[in-house]
Amino acid sequence: MKALILVGGFGTRLRPLTLTLPKPLVEFGNKPMILHQIEALAGAGVTDIVLAVNYRPEIMEKALSEYSAKFNVNITFSIEAEPLGTAGPLKLAEAVLGKDNTPFFVLNSDVICEYPFSDLAAFHKSHGEEGTIMVTKVEEPSKYGVVVHKPNHASRIDRFVEKPVEFVGNRINAGIYIFNPSVLSRIELRPTSIETETFPAICADGQLHSMDLEGFWMDVGQPKDFLSGTCLYLSSLTKKGSKLLTPPSTPYVHGGNVLIDPSAKIGKNCRIGPNVTIGPDVIVGDGVRLQRCVLLAGSKVKDHAWIKSTIVGWNSSVGKWARLENVSVLGDDVTIGDEIYVNGGSILPHKSIKVNVDVPAIIM
Amino acid sequence: MSLEIPHRAKANGATASTKAVILVGGPSRGTRFRPLSLDLPKPLFEVAGHPIIWHCLTAIAKVPHIQEVCMIGYYDESVFRDFIKDSSKEFPQIKIVYLREYQALGTAGGLYHFRDAILKGRPERFFVLNADVCCSFPLNDMLKLFEDKDAEAVILGTRVTEDAASNFGCIVSDAHSKRVLHYVEKPESHISNLINCGVYLFSTDSIFPSIRSAIKKRTDRPRLLSYPSSENLESSFFQDDDEESKNSEVLRLEQDILSDMADSKQFYVHETKDFWRQIKTAGSAVPANALYLQKAWQSGSSELAAPSANILPPVFIHPTATVDPTAKIGPNVSIGPRVTVGPGVRIKEAIVLEDSEIKHDSCVLYSIIGWNSRVGAWARVEGTPTPVNSHTTSIVKNGVKVQSITILGKECGVGDEVRVQNCVCLPFKELKRDVANEVIM
Repeated sequence: MKALILVGGFGTRLRPLTLTLPKPLVEFGNKPMILHQIEALAGAGVTDIVLAVNYRPEIMEKALSEYSAKFNVNITFSIEAEPLGTAGPLKLAEAVLGKDNTPFFVLNSDVICEYPFSDLAAFHKSHGEEGTIMVTKVEEPSKYGVVVHKPNHASRIDRFVEKPVEFVGNRINAGIYIFNPSVLSRIELRPTSIETETFPAICADGQLHSMDLEGFWMDVGQPKDFLSGTCLYLSSLTKKGSKLLTPPSTPYVHGGNVLIDPSAKIGKNCRIGPNVTIGPDVIVGDGVRLQRCVLLAGSKVKDHAWIKSTIVGWNSSVGKWARLENVSVLGDDVTIGDEIYVNGGSILPHKSIKVNVDVPAIIM
Repeated sequence: MSLEIPHRAKANGATASTKAVILVGGPSRGTRFRPLSLDLPKPLFEVAGHPIIWHCLTAIAKVPHIQEVCMIGYYDESVFRDFIKDSSKEFPQIKIVYLREYQALGTAGGLYHFRDAILKGRPERFFVLNADVCCSFPLNDMLKLFEDKDAEAVILGTRVTEDAASNFGCIVSDAHSKRVLHYVEKPESHISNLINCGVYLFSTDSIFPSIRSAIKKRTDRPRLLSYPSSENLESSFFQDDDEESKNSEVLRLEQDILSDMADSKQFYVHETKDFWRQIKTAGSAVPANALYLQKAWQSGSSELAAPSANILPPVFIHPTATVDPTAKIGPNVSIGPRVTVGPGVRIKEAIVLEDSEIKHDSCVLYSIIGWNSRVGAWARVEGTPTPVNSHTTSIVKNGVKVQSITILGKECGVGDEVRVQNCVCLPFKELKRDVANEVIM
């Protein structure tokens, strides 16, 4: 089987992190985002993966050739000279996606979930029609495009209602699909949208089904959701009893859902958790309080600092008695001085912060 | 600083005798010092480990031959009883008396009312110190100028920024002779950036007639006074006949006396280059604490904590306080009796009052922690630093004026991990959620 991952641009919504690394390589739960997806695809028997990007992906090539070897999959880049929307890239990659009669997966690179690709392929095969999209149930469907099924049919989609005012259902497009190669003939090589052009066309022929996504789902394209998504991901690891997590019985672990790379060093008298990810080579000092935060590789948190709802970028340093909160994001190599308070600050790479950031602000 | 003061020999061979008066105000004054003055009279509030008036008294004790200090105010007598008792032991050469006004008489009115007590022992001159002033009190320098110029009055002046000057009494002086040419209290326009520090030295022969003529002017009743009237204070006193004359007795040095003295008297200004601040708002206790600590540090005071990796001087830690060695304290911190400071705590530019507890890994910056208050683990109690030369303790944040110093009143509690920024918290409040830029009733 084959798969296309819609990567698109550099991921400006995830700046300042994506000023340093393209979004697919930003670690989510201590693993590059794209690696979660490649692992799951390879596990479902996918042999060819196309990454649809609209920038020069040199920086990603080295990492991806590694993954290619590790999971024994072919990974290729499909580079758009101009952005082709969400459907155009499928046509651009027709040579790979249409090379045989097996169906292919399409997924949005911002989406994290448990990626039940095997189940999706099995369901798709069972109904035998052209396409299946994964749907997830949400509490407030009015903010999304909602899937409406044919009367008296559990999976065949009748139509999509964009931001419904009245309640028509609560299942929304989760950004993960499987199609038969025949879909490629429905798409033209031009900027075009899979949601507003391709899906309605397949729907009209009664060939589009939905499958409910179990477990968590999150679009982690921006920092706030990146943090929420991390909580969901860590909760799912806890549920599965994953060995990756630091045991809740560890003295400094507070409330569980704590993922710490074995190379990280943790000081004395810390209180860590819930929902904390600590990357490789991170150094956490004494008496540090961490909750709902992500410390990326090589960062350093000095003694007695307090961090909540914050992403600490690679190689950044947080001073003693500093306090970071309210979706603060530190880019690569940022230094937060001792005793400094940062409230919702987005700090660009290589900055040194010496005065409080009292209200949410971008520090250039 | 001062070495030997040249004492002019009197005709009878004795040195001129000098007294000092400390104006301490009363409970209805100093409301801007709330919430701290809700629990303790402002003059007794401790900065750098000692009551505010102790610093005045210490400066007075450095002037040779002062044998008596009068504290004038309208607090109840019992308020200063312990302080006077303790100070009499510390300064055995000085007799300290508290003179209680039956009502607020104003700074000049109080002096006049108690003129007999002040004149007792026939001092030729006396210092007047406002208790709400924090400065190095260069009294010996003032005395020297007084004698050099054969002055009738010397005022302590300091330079402030042009913007700040109009909040104070402004002095126009002759740069060469130091003579005061003109004095205006809180002028509307810019007159001078040399301002009144609230510290004076008056000749007894000159100040009481000045006050008396101000009273005359005010009341238009020239018959009432005899001066000096040390023998018969009761009968000479012009009051008690009606309400109006009572009010006329409220006389302030600043508004009612100094301006006239500039016109008619040998009135000089000693300009101090050393620190000077008013202690008006509760927040101003933090800069006052810092300045007195720095002064003590410079003079090599043995009261201060020894500097170390975790003690950034100057720091005062009361001998009965317990401070964990991993806590980092200073600069400019005073820690009161029986305070407990836990491991990994950070305290900077702050006053922690007695019996408070600061739990582990918390952070206290630019704040005052009230008596018996508790700060939780990983909590952050924070004010905003004001510029070193600023004479205000409020700042503008998002267009709103807020207190720059965070103040917790008596027996307040800050929960674990809670952040309190630029807040004033009245006594007995528990803060369980983050708060900023608020007064918490």
